[in-house]
Amino acid sequence: MQERLKQKALELLENGTADRILGWKIGEFFYDLTPAVFKTRQEIQEEFVYSPFAGANLSKYLIAESRKGGKVAVFLKPCDSYSFTQLLKEHRIWRENVYVVGVQCGGMCDMEKLRAKGCEGVLSVGEDGENIVVETLYGTNVFPRAELLEDRCITCKSKKVVTFDELIGEQGTELESDRFSQVAQLEAMTSQERFAFWQKELSRCIRCNACRNVCPACSCEKCVFDNPGSGVRNKAAADSFEESLFHIIRAFHVTGRCTDCGECSRVCPQNIPLHLLNRKMIKDMNELYGTYQAGADPDTKPPLTDFTLDDEEPSIVHTRGGQ
Amino acid sequence: MSVNNEFQPTIVAFCCNWCSYAGADLSGTNRLQYPANVKIIRIPCSCRLNPMFILRAFQRGADGVILCGCHPGDCHYTTGNYYARRRMTLLFSMLDYLGIERDRTRVEWVSAAEGAKFAATMNDFAATIHKLGPNRRLEDLRCRKD
Repeated sequence: MQERLKQKALELLENGTADRILGWKIGEFFYDLTPAVFKTRQEIQEEFVYSPFAGANLSKYLIAESRKGGKVAVFLKPCDSYSFTQLLKEHRIWRENVYVVGVQCGGMCDMEKLRAKGCEGVLSVGEDGENIVVETLYGTNVFPRAELLEDRCITCKSKKVVTFDELIGEQGTELESDRFSQVAQLEAMTSQERFAFWQKELSRCIRCNACRNVCPACSCEKCVFDNPGSGVRNKAAADSFEESLFHIIRAFHVTGRCTDCGECSRVCPQNIPLHLLNRKMIKDMNELYGTYQAGADPDTKPPLTDFTLDDEEPSIVHTRGGQ
Repeated sequence: MSVNNEFQPTIVAFCCNWCSYAGADLSGTNRLQYPANVKIIRIPCSCRLNPMFILRAFQRGADGVILCGCHPGDCHYTTGNYYARRRMTLLFSMLDYLGIERDRTRVEWVSAAEGAKFAATMNDFAATIHKLGPNRRLEDLRCRKD
């Protein structure tokens, strides 16, 4: 797969379709792939990487990149293409300056799960069909991909690349997944248990803002948390209230725009399951206002900018979930 | 706030300018009684209520927050309260999900002619919050007065 992407990148650069390529390169570690812009043939040959750790969603970078003039080619996995379409819908990306190469994705891998397998001295990781091939100092290990998948990929919602100019691999379809099962479990708890659960999770927050910075939906020109006039300072939370405030407001601001790509939880250095907040909102909207998937198409109205005359009253909260 | 060591809840009521604020006025001119610890904040439309306002109110010591607006269909701006209704449903659902007591927040539609309903709603809400006790799950310790 990496070679096919590399060839495609070189081809696009050479036939003049794009003057730069947005892809991934190795960050600090082999499993830490960083989004990068490649401008020359040499850079692509030496640095371009696509591996089962290319989880980073490139769509957000296109907001800035598409405004720089010239044309940028980008590789988008199915998840990323949902975010891309959502950003197009919000008129954030200049579509005419972007050439999208859709990439089919078999799911991304979690380094923690590889570590749990006892893999040490890893030199490189490659893919071979449904297997992940790990080269280590002590020889080659092969694992089934399913055993290493990130949690968000186990409950993958769709393999369909929504928006693309060209596709590498087969077009996939939307999948049936039980991605709301964890939310349902939480809903069934008592309010005291839920409070304890979230306090335990959110109290680890160090307000590094990684979740906000990586989130394609969180791309306001000026964030409310960057505005000192709002009374919310962008600093380490001093109090349990501030942790809750940040996450409640953030989840609410992306309601109806969150495509459930799961980047927030992937980048959280404290492993807070932030996607559970966004999923709760998606689940509620699906149940109350009809199924809606942000980024699935460019035209449907999101639930919060729409209404019907016989919507449920807010008191419905009393009749749903555990006590 | 405590008088004779008895818990006196602080309640913030966001009232829309066109219906509920006038309704509150009417309950006053009709000499209907509702608790003095209900603090009314006038907003142009129930749709003006930013979720941040509710969280801020809890941070600064509110024990309950209630939003009053025109009945659906009667909004001065035609559709404002329909949007508010969806937003508040989702926000309350999220607060509930985070384990905040679901009785602490409420939405009630009160028209300008419903002075009696306004007083009754406030009495009932104040009693509910009184029973629930002080807000501890969504408070800011730095803002605590006692």
